[in-house]
Amino acid sequence: MTVDTPSQRGLAVRIDANGFHYRELNRLIREAVAKGAERIDLHGVYGQRYIATNLRSGAEIHIHGTPGNDLGAFLDGSRLTVYGNAQDGCGNTMNDGEIIVHGRAGDIAGLSARGGRIFIREDVGYRAGIHMKEYEGKRPALVIGGTAQDFLGEYMAGGILVVLGLTLNGGNGHTASFVGTGMHGGVIYLRGQINDYQLGREVGISQPNRKDRAILSELVTQFAGHFGFNAEEILAGRFVKLFPLYLRPYGRLYTY
Amino acid sequence: MKSYLPPRFVIDRDAERCIGCQVCVRQCSFDAHAYDGEDDEVRSYEENCVGCHRCAVFCPTQALNIRLNPLSYRPNANWRPEIIEDIIRQSESGGVLLTGMGNDKSYRVYWDHLLLNASQVTNPSIDPLREPMELRTYLGRKPDMVELDPASLSLKTQLAPQVAIDLPVLFSAMSYGAVNLNVQESLARAAAEAGTLFNCGEGGLHRKLHKYADNAIVQVASGRFGVHPEYLEAARFIEIKIGQGAKPGIGGHLPGGKVTQDVAETRMIPAGTDALSPAPQHDIYSIEDLSQLIYALKEATNYTKPICVKIAAVHNSAAIASGIVRAGADIVALDGLRGATGAAPKIIRDNVGIPIELAIAAVDTRLREEGIRNQASIIAAGGLRNSADVLKAIALGADAVYIATAALIALGCTVCQQCHTGKCAWGICTTDPILSKRINPDMGARRLVNLLRGWSLEIKEMLGGMGINALESLRGNRLHLRGVGLTDRELDVMGVRLAGR
Amino acid sequence: MDHWKHVNNPYDDDKVIDACGLFGMMDTSGRRFSGVDAITAISNMHERGNGLGGGFAVYGLYPQYAKHYAFHVMYLDEAARQEAEALLQDGFRVALAEPVPTRKTHGIQDPPLVWRYFLQVRAQNGQKLSHDDYVLEKVMQINTGVRHAFVFSSGKNMAVFKGVGYPEDIANYFRLEEYQGYLWTAHSRFPTNTPGWWGGAHPFNVLDWTVIHNGEISSYGINRRYLEMFGYHCTMQTDTEVIAYAVDLLMRRHKLPIEVVAEVLAAPLWSRIEREDEERAAFHTTLRQVYGSLLLNGPFSVVIAHQGEMIGLTDRIRLRPLTAATKGDMLFLSSEESAIRLVCPQLDTAWTPMGGEPIVGSLNRPLGKREPVAAALAAT
Repeated sequence: MTVDTPSQRGLAVRIDANGFHYRELNRLIREAVAKGAERIDLHGVYGQRYIATNLRSGAEIHIHGTPGNDLGAFLDGSRLTVYGNAQDGCGNTMNDGEIIVHGRAGDIAGLSARGGRIFIREDVGYRAGIHMKEYEGKRPALVIGGTAQDFLGEYMAGGILVVLGLTLNGGNGHTASFVGTGMHGGVIYLRGQINDYQLGREVGISQPNRKDRAILSELVTQFAGHFGFNAEEILAGRFVKLFPLYLRPYGRLYTY
Repeated sequence: MKSYLPPRFVIDRDAERCIGCQVCVRQCSFDAHAYDGEDDEVRSYEENCVGCHRCAVFCPTQALNIRLNPLSYRPNANWRPEIIEDIIRQSESGGVLLTGMGNDKSYRVYWDHLLLNASQVTNPSIDPLREPMELRTYLGRKPDMVELDPASLSLKTQLAPQVAIDLPVLFSAMSYGAVNLNVQESLARAAAEAGTLFNCGEGGLHRKLHKYADNAIVQVASGRFGVHPEYLEAARFIEIKIGQGAKPGIGGHLPGGKVTQDVAETRMIPAGTDALSPAPQHDIYSIEDLSQLIYALKEATNYTKPICVKIAAVHNSAAIASGIVRAGADIVALDGLRGATGAAPKIIRDNVGIPIELAIAAVDTRLREEGIRNQASIIAAGGLRNSADVLKAIALGADAVYIATAALIALGCTVCQQCHTGKCAWGICTTDPILSKRINPDMGARRLVNLLRGWSLEIKEMLGGMGINALESLRGNRLHLRGVGLTDRELDVMGVRLAGR
Repeated sequence: MDHWKHVNNPYDDDKVIDACGLFGMMDTSGRRFSGVDAITAISNMHERGNGLGGGFAVYGLYPQYAKHYAFHVMYLDEAARQEAEALLQDGFRVALAEPVPTRKTHGIQDPPLVWRYFLQVRAQNGQKLSHDDYVLEKVMQINTGVRHAFVFSSGKNMAVFKGVGYPEDIANYFRLEEYQGYLWTAHSRFPTNTPGWWGGAHPFNVLDWTVIHNGEISSYGINRRYLEMFGYHCTMQTDTEVIAYAVDLLMRRHKLPIEVVAEVLAAPLWSRIEREDEERAAFHTTLRQVYGSLLLNGPFSVVIAHQGEMIGLTDRIRLRPLTAATKGDMLFLSSEESAIRLVCPQLDTAWTPMGGEPIVGSLNRPLGKREPVAAALAAT
């Protein structure tokens, strides 16, 4: 590990992660943060798990390589940038902060997220945004540049999911099934084609209104800024809004 | 002859609550209540009460309660009150004691000794409300493999006819005559709505019900009632009834009182006569005869419908089932000890046959040992009471289950065991035109659909709990069962381990 | 018979349960390469195992004996070896018999004797059965009849190396860096109820099939009973064994192509079948009707290999991870993408296949510069 203290304002640290077990690596990160580092560059990351778990600082962590599962789990305020693909559990139960992935993410991205923002440039796997929550001011957002696989937004209880479909070729639509199954809160904005039969029974589909457009504009502009896209071009595309039909989708299930 | 029998039940009428509205008088079909005009009072005639609760449920002020007659005998483990009274009854009538519904004796209920598994840690449970949970079942003969055309990879194998049901529960055979048309129509409509089938029993299929043909199973039983080409055409599958759990080995007897004009027309016998079903089918005296009948029916329907053979679960069920499958049956229906009936000799109902739980396990194991389990689906019947019983039956090896008693309870039956009298106060096991009106097919169908819906949801929850999302993965999967309070031999027969092992 | 059941499953649980890490790499042009990358990759996924099992399958490693059945056998004692070798001499012409080269490795305790044999079926013995079925029978005979002997690999020009220890230690013990193959699979094991038994590690092998598996199959009870109807003896009581026999039954005996086999093991949902055109719907319905008892329910990802093909597959609602990637002619399959990136940082493509969608690498279809071909019959 090399620790640099450059002359510019703000302590920056570089850590060569190659060969480090995740426990050691995360300890080094926490140490650096404790010492006041505001920027940490990790190089040679191959599969180390739980990077920046529960990290509360305002530090920026730049990750080169492929971080392992549960990147930023329980994250509480830092900003993580991945130059490569992330694996499963990215932003697991995240509370605050930001995760930016210049590539794909695996399954259960943003699982049970309660706050903060996640931006994925390309596609995600299964169950993205599953059981995201929100309460009053705290509203997490997960923005996916490409498309998602099945069970997108499964039982969302809050938060905002945006799927931009930028990786879909030509006129291809999204192919995810069981989208929003069990949804009872939150909202999904989807850019591109999706059919009724791909949606869960609890999901309604409509056009975004002015308020929706404002939210979308803010998130898409941020997304475009991170990855060098043209926000206007993206926003000009056709969006649909997916929302929960019932507050208590299973109210009629039980007999007392 | 004065009867020496004490009343079975005592009717408590709360004088303060009773408003003399006489609903009980009108509702009771057994003459247990009557109105005394002179004294302006409703009186009870307890010797007639059968404990069916119709009066108590319909009394607008809850003034009525029905209790077992507390007339005490000296305790005697051998000469129990019921045994004493059966002898009295027999000596007063000189006949075979008849009864209705299923075996009520305390033979072990194995369902209550079997427990289901759930996934914990090593395997996730599945959320049935949000993730797909597949209950669809196909009944019929399946080959051991599929053959593909090597060039185009298209399917060469032609499957024998299959019948799809949306959940693994079907309505068992209840004949027109044993029950009335309103009950059958309730069953038919509910089956159609829930995506399953109803069995019209051995009384033929009434014209009115032909429109539910897509959901009908028809029976070819020993009486061959109402069996004609249109009948065979109407069905989704045809069931050759060799026996039923309530009365293995004997025939049937629908008392003349229940054979109304309409019943007569459907069965094609004179009205008022007893409808007799012979003990055996007179063209089946040996297994090769059964094969002959199976293929006769296949020819008659041009091989478009599965043929089912229904037997009572008896001592050699495994060997018999093996023979039935080799004889060409596409489905084998097993009816256990507790199967119900509209009328059967009490002594046979209570002493002949074996529990369905053991029968399913024995038959499933035997067919697998012989390598022929794929050749027929197994339907299990005989007193299954709830969705847990259904799943346990499937884990033991059944493809699907038949329910009858549970369905009738959904319609109002309280299992008072008086079906053979034809006086059912709930309007179920009677063909009396006035009593029959007490079943409204609209409401009846709704109640049955509710039952099936509730069970369906429960089944999905339990399957999800086991980490399974398709019913075929539970079928015959004994590892998801454990036994409690059973002997080693009992566990062995069912192929189930002791809980904790 | 079945004494290995007690060793493999000493508490007589319903079956052996394990959780794991998988890796596979195949050069679809047939070029042979060293196992160094596979070993590095599987070691990188250290967290997925717990040191109680590691194993590798290698294809193309014995070119000088390409037509011989290569038996890898473990013995707990010399007496077992004598007895087993007598049986082998009886049924086969033994071209070579020798201990598998090993080196002392920290982390490998109490290894069994491991020998290898290159065998050809004696003409008169193979008359009634095909050579493959004869070999299967003989392997069963040794595994159930000879105490303390266990044949754990029996295909042609392929072999399994496995045991109790982390995969990197197993690789070091068996000197795997000295072998070259065109297809390598590797497995890291995390068993919950089978300590210390070398035969329990993955890959599981039957003839030239190898299976490495992550997950637990909730349909095991009925999968096993169904296979037993076709004459398979499930002596190991593991999910992996059942998967290997299922693939042997469907592909070798019933002659179904892998794309169809995937649709049996990870059958499409009825809701999807209902939206297909009539012919495909009938096809998929028939498969489910006939082979419903072979549906693998519960979470799984598997890498199955046999001569000329490597296949990756996950369960139909994708409860276990699998990443596929390509670089030139090379196809990678891994539980985690990071393991692939470690040995090949620049990839042409990397993606996660859908649940139930098989990824097939085949010598018949070298990847070259073309897009990887996911199963030909899979609906999109």
